Formats: sequence, C-alpha cells, structure tokens
Amino acid sequence: MKKNKVIIKLKDVWKTYTMGENKVHALRGLNLEVAEGEFLSIMGPSGSGKSTAMNMIGCLDIPSKGSISLDGTDIASLAESDLAQIRGQRIGFIFQKFNLINTLTAKENIMLPMVFQGYPENKRHEQAERLLRLVDLHDRMDHRPNELSGGQQQRVAIARALAVSPQVILADEPTGNLDSKSGGSVIDFLKKLHKEKGTTIVMVTHDANVAKHADRREYLKDGQIVKKL
Amino acid sequence: MFKDFLNMAIRSLSRRKLRSWLTMIGIFIGIAAVVSLISLGQGMQNAIEEQFFQLGADKLTIQTKGPSFGPPGSNTDLMLMDSDLEVVKRSRGVKIAASRLVEPIRVEFNEKEKFIFVATLPQESKEREMVIEVANVDPSDMIAGRPLKQSDQWKVIMSEDYLEPKFDNKGLQVGDKVKIDGQAVEVVGMYKKTGNPMVDMAFVMNEDPVRELLDLPKKSGLIVAQVTPGIDMALVVENIEKDLRQHRNLKEGKEDFEVESPEDLLDSVSTILNVVTAVLVGIAGISLLVGGIGIMNTMYTSVLERRKEIGILKAIGARNSDVLGIFLVEAGVLGLIGGTIGILLGIAFSKTVEIIATIALGTTLIQASFPWYLILGSLAFSFGVGSLAGTYPAMQASKLPPVEALRQ
Ligand SMILES: Nc1ncnc2c1ncn2[C@@H]1O[C@H](COP(=O)(O)OP(=O)(O)OP(=O)(O)O)[C@@H](O)[C@H]1O
Ligand SMILES: [Mg+2]
Repeated sequence: MKKNKVIIKLKDVWKTYTMGENKVHALRGLNLEVAEGEFLSIMGPSGSGKSTAMNMIGCLDIPSKGSISLDGTDIASLAESDLAQIRGQRIGFIFQKFNLINTLTAKENIMLPMVFQGYPENKRHEQAERLLRLVDLHDRMDHRPNELSGGQQQRVAIARALAVSPQVILADEPTGNLDSKSGGSVIDFLKKLHKEKGTTIVMVTHDANVAKHADRREYLKDGQIVKKL
Repeated sequence: MFKDFLNMAIRSLSRRKLRSWLTMIGIFIGIAAVVSLISLGQGMQNAIEEQFFQLGADKLTIQTKGPSFGPPGSNTDLMLMDSDLEVVKRSRGVKIAASRLVEPIRVEFNEKEKFIFVATLPQESKEREMVIEVANVDPSDMIAGRPLKQSDQWKVIMSEDYLEPKFDNKGLQVGDKVKIDGQAVEVVGMYKKTGNPMVDMAFVMNEDPVRELLDLPKKSGLIVAQVTPGIDMALVVENIEKDLRQHRNLKEGKEDFEVESPEDLLDSVSTILNVVTAVLVGIAGISLLVGGIGIMNTMYTSVLERRKEIGILKAIGARNSDVLGIFLVEAGVLGLIGGTIGILLGIAFSKTVEIIATIALGTTLIQASFPWYLILGSLAFSFGVGSLAGTYPAMQASKLPPVEALRQ
C-alpha cells in the first residue's frame, strides 16, 4: 500500500479527569498518526483510553495537553461551533450501542446529519434511500430502532455515519453488542467501504478476529501506544 | 430546518404522551379561561351596545342627583318641576321633552298591602311615543290584555312578573281590580318582562290620573328629551345643562341635576365590564404562569433524561444553536397544543353559557363573541409561554459537553 498523507495526527496527547481529590489520566502522552485512506484498528484492555482517544479524534472532546490535528487543523484552537461543523461534515461515528434516536424512524435517523448540514429536502430523501439500499434495509425504512434487531440497528447507524460522505469513519467497538454473524456483516461492510471509496476508518475493538481485517493494528495500554500487549 | 425540528418535537412529545398531556393542563386551563372570559365580556358589551342604540340612542334623561334611595327622580328635597321641563323644551337641539313621574304608591290586593313604584306615560301622543320607547313597554310586547290607551283613566299595566303570587298566594291577572292609594284600578294588560328589575317591578299608568291621585300638579319627576336629528348629542347635553343651571340659579360644577346620555351609560357599563374582565383575566394569567412553570419543569426533566440523545445529536453535527432550537420548538409546541385545546374549550364553554343564558334566563344579553385577534393572540401567546418557559432548560441542553452527554 502506498504511503498517503497523514490525515489524523495526535502528538503527546494527555487527558486528565479530576474526580474530587483524585486525578485520572485516561491518556498519558499518546502519539498516533493515521494516513488518508487507511483502515486502522486500535486494541487494548478495558479502561486503557480507547474511547477517550476516539472521542478526541472525533472532536467530541479536547485534550488536556498535547495537540490533535485533523487534516492540518489543530482542533484545540477551534470554538465549539467549528468543532460541531467538523463533526457534521468530516466525521462519521459508529458506536457500540448504536445510539440511534429512538423516536425517529430508520430513514429519519439517516437524514438527521444532513438536516444539520442544510441539505435540501429532496436530496436528503434521495441519499437516505440510497444508503438504506446499500445496507440492505430499504424495506425497513419506516421502522423505529426498537423494531429492529441489533445488527439492523447497527447497519442503520452505519448508513447514518455515511450520510454526509465523511472523510473519516470512527467506529468504537461496532461489533461489541452483536453476535458473530451480524458482527461479520458489519465488518464486511466497513471493508467494502474502505476498499471501494477509500474512506479512512479507525476502529476500536477487543476482538482479534475483528481487528485482523484492518490494514494496521495499534495497541493501547494505560493511555499510551505499546508495541504488543 | 424548523419543519424537521417540529417533526422531532411532535415525535418525542407523543412518546411521552401522559406527561405531555399533564404538562399542557396548566396552559389549556389558563387559555380556556382567558378565551371564555374575553369572548363573553366582549359579547356582552356588543349586546348592550346594540340594545342601547336600538332604543333611544337619541334620547337624554334629566334627573336630580344626590343621595336618593328610591328610583331616579324620587328624591323629595330636590325636584324637577314643570318649569324645568319648559326650560328643557326650549333648549337648543331638543326636539321633544316630557316628564315622567316615578312615585311610590300604596297598592292593595287580596287583602294585602304593598308599596310599589308607579311610572307614568305622558298624555300627549308624540311625547308618549318617545317615553314608551325608553320605558320598554312597547305595545307589541304585550303578552296579555292590551296596551294602555291615552284615554284610559283608572287602568294599569305591568310586567308578567306580577303573574307570580306577589300578594300572599295570589298573582295578578288581566281584569283584576287593585286599590291604588284607595282608588280602584283595573289591570288591563301585561307586557313581557325586560330583565331589568327596575322596569319589571313598576306599575305603568297614565300621567293625569296619577297627578290627581297623589296631588302632584307641578312635579316633573324625571325628564326625557329627544334630540333633534343631526345635532351632536354632547352639544345638546351642554345646552340643557347651561339653561337649567341658569333657571335653577346654580354655579357651574354645583348642579343638583344630571343630564345622562346613552353614551354615558354605555361608558359606565363598559368600564365595569372591563374591570371585571381584567380581574378575571388576571386570575387566568396566574394559571398561565403556573402552566408555564409546568412546561419549564417538564422540559428540564426532559433535558436530564435525554442527555444521551443530546450527545448523539452533537456527535452527528448538531451545533449548540440546533440543540437549543430543537428544545425550544418542543416547548413551544407543548404550549401551542395546550393553547389550541384551551381555545376550543374556551369557545365551547362560552357558547354553553350563551345557550344556557338564552334558554334558562331568557336574556340575549350574554352573547359569546370570538374576534380573530382573540384567537390568534391566544395561539401566539401560548406558543410564547411555552418557548419562554423552555428557554432555560433548552439553554442547559445546548451547553452540555457532547462527551459528557454521550457517556450515559
Ligand atoms: N468523564 C470521565 N470522568 C472520569 N473518568 C473518566 C471519564 N471518561 C473516562 N474516564 C476514565 O478514563 C479511563 C479510560 O476510559 P475509556 O472509556 O477511554 O476506556 P476504554 O479503553 O474505552 O474502555 P472500554 O474498553 O471498557 O470501553 C478509564 O479509567 C475511565 O474510568
Ligand atoms: Mg470504550
């Protein structure tokens, strides 16, 4: 694989939570680079700071110390509204617990990111229906999340993440709540996306069988990248 | 965008149906109260205005003022006399003027004695016509017997109220003979009651026999005057006041008499109605305030419960202002739906009052009226109360850090 430009760069990133008297260091000087078009998987024990790192790459949080740059922009310097803009335009999140809006239908969930980006209504419908077909849920578009199986919900979540055609997909244990079959189809889907569209994917997982599908694997322990667990 | 937020608001409200309804109760009680009070108040005002202008918009009443416990003009120290009537007749802008005696008198029937006010009708045709108009004893309103004729002497008419047993166990009938101040007088007719107790309780007789009976050759009682068409009522009032002042030798501001025009009466009625309406609307306002606090409480709880949803929205690109908008619209919709139901309830309530009043009380005075500004105003107001109450919780929601919100 040819070496592309670096799109995500974490340099000596610290994240410290203060709980009363105690200080919890979720990240302790994390260094990480992700190239454009790369499929990276991050593994590590529970509490090692994987989700913390993902949230910061996704502009949901800012580091206590160190710098994170996304396509050359240092996110620590951005205001909340700019961060929201980046999240909405460049990042697609996939969570372990699906995180769909329960009151909205599958299709409406997929259209929501486009609402915030001001897509015209017909474009939203068109795109949502195309994505539903892509994840093979076209016949379920008017169903609510609680009327769908876990695997189906995760596919809706993937379609939602793709709605605004983001540069980067961040998947935090996307198969964590799924059986191996639905998990497998989710991974197949991410692989296809990566191969056909060249989307950059960062995926956190506990499962070595899942991680092996990525181009590259990194190991996180106590808030730092380690060679091997 | 707004449309999408509206859709989201309706979805999430309908998911929490019971709570949404409970929250709206405060708003819809408040709005229902405001709508029914204002519509009834407004309707009553319209009806009164209409009545006034039907009968005698061009007529003035002149009577003595000062402490008086009887009906107008019965004060014994201050009297308007024949000479005052002559002055009024000669005043500029007065077309016709007539006196009307309203005197308490002893009435005997069925071995029972009562004091009843007798009101008189002038003997002369034109004057008589004018007084009949203001006195509510229109000949077409007779329900039994016949109207009082100019030539009648010892005859009397009264309202149907007297059909009821007012003299021990007996009421009056056409053909009955009553003794008025010792004189036998025949009941020749009964007119429909007007709803005004002052009018409905009085006996009506011709002027000459009453003057003879009570030996009051020169007293004028109250004076009714009709204004010449085309002349400003206020001007005529001024003229009469000036002339009477001169005649009675009084300084300006020290008048012992009052010239009342229908506008004056209307104004005082309106003022009373407005005060009553304002007080009631104030009470309704408190209910709206409580309703608003209810919405605030519900929205606040909702924000706490939906931290995760807020986190998701932010993760997929919602700006703080979007989150604020979503929650504000939701609160506004709570208010708006509450308001709509309130308006419907208010309309139903005041229509019911109108129907009951018409059927049971026989008065057409209570009419519900729904001007467009009342409906639109209530809708805008309830949306406003909702979003205002939602402002603080919505701001809280918009400021939640996305990670914090997502961690739930
Ligand atoms: N908001 C917070 N307040 C306090 N401590 C936190 C907070 N968020 C994370 N932590 C702590 O930071 C550390 C890393 O948490 P993180 O969620 O990143 O772990 P993780 O690697 O994703 O674990 P898991 O595999 O269980 O999801 C943990 O010790 C956690 O308790
Ligand atoms: Mg985690």
